[in-house]
Parts: sequence; structure tokens; C-alpha cells
Amino acid sequence: MSNTAISVTDLSKRYGEQVAVSHATFEVPLGTICGFVGPNGSGKTTTMRMLLGLISPTGGTGEILGESIKHPEKYLPRVGAMIEGPAFYPALSGKENLNVLATLGGFPLDRVQGLLEQVGLGDRGKSKFKTYSLGMKQRLGIAAALLPNPKLLMLDEPTNGLDPEGIQEVRALLRSLANDGTSVFVSSHLLSELELISDYLVMLRKGEVVFTGKMSDLMLSQQPVIIAKSINESDLVKLLAIAEQAGHAATIRDGAVHVQGPADWAQNFNRAAFDAGITLSQLTPQLPNLEETFFEMTGGK
Amino acid sequence: MWNVAFAELRKLRRPSLFFGTMGAVVFFSALFSALLFLLIDSPQGNSDRGRMVGRPILSLATGGVQGFSSVGGFLGIIALCVFAAQTAQEYTYGTLRNLLVRQPGRLRILLGKLIAMKIFALVMIVLSAVVSISTSVILAPGAKVPTDLWFNADGRHAIFTTFINVIISVIGFGIIGMVLGLLLRSPISAISLGVLWLLIVENLLIAVKSSLQSWLPGAQLSAIATGAESARNVAGVTYTHALVVGGIYVAIGAAVASFLFVRRDVAN
Repeated sequence: MSNTAISVTDLSKRYGEQVAVSHATFEVPLGTICGFVGPNGSGKTTTMRMLLGLISPTGGTGEILGESIKHPEKYLPRVGAMIEGPAFYPALSGKENLNVLATLGGFPLDRVQGLLEQVGLGDRGKSKFKTYSLGMKQRLGIAAALLPNPKLLMLDEPTNGLDPEGIQEVRALLRSLANDGTSVFVSSHLLSELELISDYLVMLRKGEVVFTGKMSDLMLSQQPVIIAKSINESDLVKLLAIAEQAGHAATIRDGAVHVQGPADWAQNFNRAAFDAGITLSQLTPQLPNLEETFFEMTGGK
Repeated sequence: MWNVAFAELRKLRRPSLFFGTMGAVVFFSALFSALLFLLIDSPQGNSDRGRMVGRPILSLATGGVQGFSSVGGFLGIIALCVFAAQTAQEYTYGTLRNLLVRQPGRLRILLGKLIAMKIFALVMIVLSAVVSISTSVILAPGAKVPTDLWFNADGRHAIFTTFINVIISVIGFGIIGMVLGLLLRSPISAISLGVLWLLIVENLLIAVKSSLQSWLPGAQLSAIATGAESARNVAGVTYTHALVVGGIYVAIGAAVASFLFVRRDVAN
């Protein structure tokens, strides 16, 4: 049996001359949470749609839970998904919407109330979907994705519209599902959230995979940044010169000098600043977070 | 496929849709039948397009179902709207992707939806038959129309054949609605185009060139509902002709729409 939840090789999708996804190759191991990130229009949703059999790839191959993506009927009964936001019938209640999907998939209807409670909609299940707030709609979408008791959960921006408490609940839910052996493939623009929960990461830019692997590997591969502040802001230019003379790239940003260099160079920097008559008010070596790494790798701001 | 049908029935039974549609069916079935008897002596006619259906015709074994067969075309329009809306709304709400994730067999989705909508149409037709025939029985004495033959063996046969004809016609209209829903992917566009074509464009074309009555899709399906009685009077359309030509339209439309539905990417 395959030990990957998702495995794609050279997966591509073109619309005429426009390339939506180009030769995407990545794997998502079973039982992990994999973050799927990329700027708007980078091909995340198109990739997810191809994996769910909603659109046909123009090239490449893929497997979900060991089955070819050419035969979605073989794996979709074990997959839960919410793509491009929650979509339901506005005139039906939340519960009836889930009943429709449960009937369609042949799942027991008595799962529905439990799922509504699991996502915090236990007391609003009888309200019509059109009366739900964005956050409630999102919760219902997650409940629908959980209907088949999935081995693989694919969620596209599941925290959209949720308040901080809701985001925390979703994070805890995904972690608990992963602990129970469910593989989670989740895209989100809240990179700080993904950084907290993801074991793996797939990063797209303009339809191409620019990183795939363990989140920890990505973060460790990044050059640390030393952030230095002086009690006199006029000293920042001198600090910049010291860093550059030592062969490190540096910039002045937000009232501080950001130096790319190994963390242990910080003591040399401190000594050099002292020798130049500069008193530092802050000297912090730190690894860039996912957001900074994302911008660097995808060419963002 | 049956799971799809049961899921679709859950949507079709929602009170606003179910009772709204059935209310319209009751109202128009009663109206069409009542006008036959209340306007029986009117020089402007008492049936569709100013036709006169007099006491001699209403006294026949087929008299009890005259109102029911007249309302058949209207039931077809209702079916077209319901089928079109139920199909196209999956695109506008974005719910098609949910359906396809839970049931990737696209033809099964279509067939399941069709089965559910046929059941809905059948309920509509049974209700219409009961209301039409009851209205006719209640109003016949007042219009001095004898009902002796309505429920003898010939009368029961007439009820049965009219029922079958109306079913064929209504399902045909419904499938055209479904085809429009699949092609246009918008309930408003599908219903507007369907109703505009069937109620206005076809009538205008037939008014300009009466022989078109033998070839236009809506005219064929309406002719089937009435057993091709009224159409034959105008353009010599036989029941078999209406069945064949109407069937060809429905079959071609269904084949093209199914092909597109199966092949087309679901990108919304």
C-alpha cells in the first residue's frame, strides 16, 4: 500500500495559451498536515480541482490514496473536500444541506448532528443556510468535508471569515484529525496559521512548485536575520556599513538594520558596533518566518 | 444513481418549491377545466387559442379529460422551469462541485436528478388530473353536459391515455428545461429562454407560417399532451408525427447536454 496521501508527477493544466499549473510534482505523506501555499492565481485551486476530478489535467499523472486521479470514483468516497469556499443551497437549512450530501454519498444521516456540533453549529443546524454568517458557512463547509470520515481532507482556505477563536478551533480540529491518522491538505493565506500546524509544505508560484518538503527543512534552510537597533537612529547607516564591510547583505527597515548572516555573527556585530561608539538597544538573531520565506520564494513584497 | 435521486428529492420537497409549484398546478388545472364549462356558450371559445369545445364533444367518453389535456402544455412549462432551475442552480450556487466530489459519475448525477424530477413531475400530473377531472365533474351539470360516458370503459381508457400523453409531454418539456439548464448554467437564462421560445417565439412563427406547427419542438410536445387533437385541426399533425419529431428534439438535446456535462471542466 502506498504511504503517500497525494502523489503527483508533472501535473499540468493549460487553458489555451494560459498555463494554470505547470509540471507540478510533489508528494504528501499519509497522516500529515500539508500546507499548500502560493499567491493568488498561482494554481492552488486548479490543482485541488484536478485532484478531485472536477477538471481534467492536460498533462501528468497523479495518485490519491494509492489510486490514479483518472478514476476519482475509487478514492473520493474516502476524501472530504471544501474547494473555493462553502457552497450550499441557500433555501435549505444547514442540517438539510448536510443531509442532501450524506444521502448522495450514502453516509448515515445520524452523523450529521454530531458533525454540526463538532464544528460549533449544533444549535443552528435548523437555520437556513442563507441566514448564516461567513464564519458559520465556513464551519458548515468543514462539516460537509468531514461527512465521509475521510482518510484525506482537502480544504481550500478553511479559515476564511472565521474569528480568531474559530481559527484556533479549526487549527485544533485539523491537528486532532491528523493525530487520528487523517491526512490534511490545506491551502490558506494565513501563513502564520499554516506555520503552526503544517508538517509539510507545497509552495506554488505561477503554476510551478517552488518548494515541496518538510516545513522544518524549509525553515532551517533559510538564512537567519540579525536585527539590530541603536539608541540613536542616526547610527543605523553606520551599522549597515559595518555589516556590509563584513560581507553580509543588510537593509534598514522599520527603524532597524536587518542583516542576513549566521546567528553567531551577532556577537562580532555587537563588538564592532561598540568599537564604533554605537550603543545597541536591541540585537536579535532570528529565523525568518513562513510569511517572509514565502515572499522571498514567490517574489512577493 | 438512486442516492442522487433521493438527495435531489430532498431539495425538491422543500416547502416553498413544493407547495408553490403544486399550488400553481391546482390553480391552473381548476382554471382550465372550469373555463371549458363556464364559457361553453361563449362565442370567443372556451379552450386554448379560442377553440370551441361544445357539449357534443364534452359529452363523449373523452369529455372528462378535456380540461386535463388542455392544461398539459401548461404543466410542461412548469416542468421546464423546475427542471431548468434545479439543474442550473448547481452552477450558480457552486454546489455542483459538492455533488461531483460525493458522486463522481457524472451521468449518474444526471440520471439521478432526472429520476427525482420525473417523480416530482408525476406528483404534479396526478394532482392536476385529480383537480381537472373533479372540477369537470362538479361543473358539468351546471353547463348541461352529461357525464354518463366519462367513467365507463371508454372513459377510463381516455383518462389513462390522456394521463400517459401528458406524462410524455411534461417529461419532454422537463428534459428540454434540463438541457437548457446544463447548456446555459444559469436558472434565469434557462427559464427565460425556454419560456420565451415556447410561449412567444413558437406562437409567432406558427402565426406567420402555420406549417411550422408540424416541426417546432414545443408544438410537438403540446400536441402529444392533447393526443394531437388540436394540432391536427390546424396543421394535420398526427400523434405519431408529434411523438417522433418531439422525441428527436428531446433526444438530440439530451445527448448534446449530457456529452458536454460529462466532458466539461467544473471550474466554478
